[in-house]
Amino acid sequence: MNMRNYLVTKFIQALITVFIVIGMNFFLFRIMPGDPIRVLIRNPKISADSLARVREQFGLNEGRLVQFWIYLRDLFTGDFGSSFNYRQPVLDIIMERVPATVLLVGTATVLSIIIGVLLGVILAWKRGTRLDVIGLSVSLILYSMPTFWVAIIMVMIFAVYWQIFPLGGMGLPGVFYTSYWAELASKGRYLFLPTITFALILVGEYVLIMRSSLLEVMREDYMLTARAKGVSNRNLLRRHALPNAMLPVVTLIAINLGFIVGGAIQIETVFSWPGLGRLMYTALTNRDYPVLQGLFLFVTIAVVGANFCADILYRYLDPRVKS
Amino acid sequence: MITSEQKKDLFALWKKNLVSFWGIYSQNKMGLIGLVILIIFTLMALFGPLLVEITTMAVDDVTQVLHPPTGNFWLGTDDLGKDIFAGVIIGSRVSLLVGVAATAISMIIGTVIGIVSGFYGKTIDALLMRITDVFLVIPWLPLMLVMAALLGPSLANIIFVIGITSWAGTARIIRSQTLSIKERPYVERARAIGSGDTHIMFYHILPNVFPLIFANTVLVAAIAILSETTLSFLGMGDPTRVTWGMMLHFAFSMGAVSFGAWWWLLPPGICVVLVVLSFTFIGYALDEVLNPKLRRRD
Repeated sequence: MNMRNYLVTKFIQALITVFIVIGMNFFLFRIMPGDPIRVLIRNPKISADSLARVREQFGLNEGRLVQFWIYLRDLFTGDFGSSFNYRQPVLDIIMERVPATVLLVGTATVLSIIIGVLLGVILAWKRGTRLDVIGLSVSLILYSMPTFWVAIIMVMIFAVYWQIFPLGGMGLPGVFYTSYWAELASKGRYLFLPTITFALILVGEYVLIMRSSLLEVMREDYMLTARAKGVSNRNLLRRHALPNAMLPVVTLIAINLGFIVGGAIQIETVFSWPGLGRLMYTALTNRDYPVLQGLFLFVTIAVVGANFCADILYRYLDPRVKS
Repeated sequence: MITSEQKKDLFALWKKNLVSFWGIYSQNKMGLIGLVILIIFTLMALFGPLLVEITTMAVDDVTQVLHPPTGNFWLGTDDLGKDIFAGVIIGSRVSLLVGVAATAISMIIGTVIGIVSGFYGKTIDALLMRITDVFLVIPWLPLMLVMAALLGPSLANIIFVIGITSWAGTARIIRSQTLSIKERPYVERARAIGSGDTHIMFYHILPNVFPLIFANTVLVAAIAILSETTLSFLGMGDPTRVTWGMMLHFAFSMGAVSFGAWWWLLPPGICVVLVVLSFTFIGYALDEVLNPKLRRRD
């Protein structure tokens, strides 16, 4: 399959996935018990007349398929509906919170990949030693911990007992900073603990995959050849082993995206970080269905899109993938 | 029909397999540790709730709520003066029950879809695998949260939600194994003597994918326990049941973190970690037993 056909196939697959999710999103939210108008209005004394008028206004008298069509049309014009709680368009609320999440997730992901790859290489190089056993066990234990629980423990240690870092949030409201650097330093203090926690959660898997992938590569014949040619240990690792061993890490980043989204919900909840994850939590507790629906769709499209990019990147990085 | 003689042979074969399985498994330190932890927690879930009872300290005495561990209350008390040690013991039952039930649902869906997809191929395969891909790519926690929020907080709903969202990985693995098994001569032989599709899938393919199902169950169980904890923590659990996740939910929402009530936050979490870790360890060990290539890995 050539590159163009591959691209087209993958793109169509991604589109189908997004469409199925849109369908799920529409029909899932229609199975919930209760009348959506009652939920929206929250006024038990509303007259039958007004009720009928609102129903008409929202297109709820139409059949399911017509409603689905209206939903699709609205989606493509960027209309995700209005929040019950904030009385604002859902898309605006979501967009407002994207930067905070991108900042947190991005920093943590980059940090965890760098540390994970480094540690994985070290453990693979020193396999069978005590260091390896300890590193492996710690990675497995970290991997087995509920994300929110690790976050709670980090807050207890660093914000409650030692009080080095703030409990949560992203800075105090209404504070005026004397300079850009002062603002950055202040924001950094708030960012530090959630980021470290997030990286801690993510790093275990990168260590494990990097270690096993490098061990596998080191068993290959071309490694023996390189060694026989007299390539130094350093070059052996850098030129021959790492480029090949890094491939599974790229795949893992893509597979992990769903996991990262889950982690963001939990970490933002514990640290009161004003991003998408916390928005999801508040939408859940307030039963703010339009926000929940919009967020779910938004996040899924982001993950599907990123997966699509990873597929292409992988093919570019590994010329052996032809079929 | 299977004669009693054949039955005896079959039994002997199983016994032999089991013994050799245990021979390899028991070499694995990780696997043994995992098994011991799991047995301890299973016993705790079965018999623990019969032995303890959530007693409450006198609530009118303010000094008795959120009390650090004492001789009477080994793990202290919560904001209502309730014994946390008893809570952890009693919580083990529902936590493990949710894990087991959700895993069962997930494995059944995954196995059926995997076998049917691999066996029939063509359109059915393409369709089922597309659905599987969708479930693989959708971020699992938001999906579970949305479903749990729509269905309402109850134990059955939590089990259903976890089971219905976590089968995709199993389906993929089972499908690829089915693809290879259905080409084997004995399947052809079964077909030649007139066996139907259902018979072949049930009697010839299922037994051969069973080792895979077995190894995968352990990993799905770990995910199911973690999911229950997380869903409960985020407020999607059944508020009338005591589970480790619900304990953590109440602890967090009642401000145990800023109060520094470590005795309320640590024990339920440690239990979750131990159970998940035991499943992970067993999974690793099983992988080594069922996958001879890995056996000499360092």
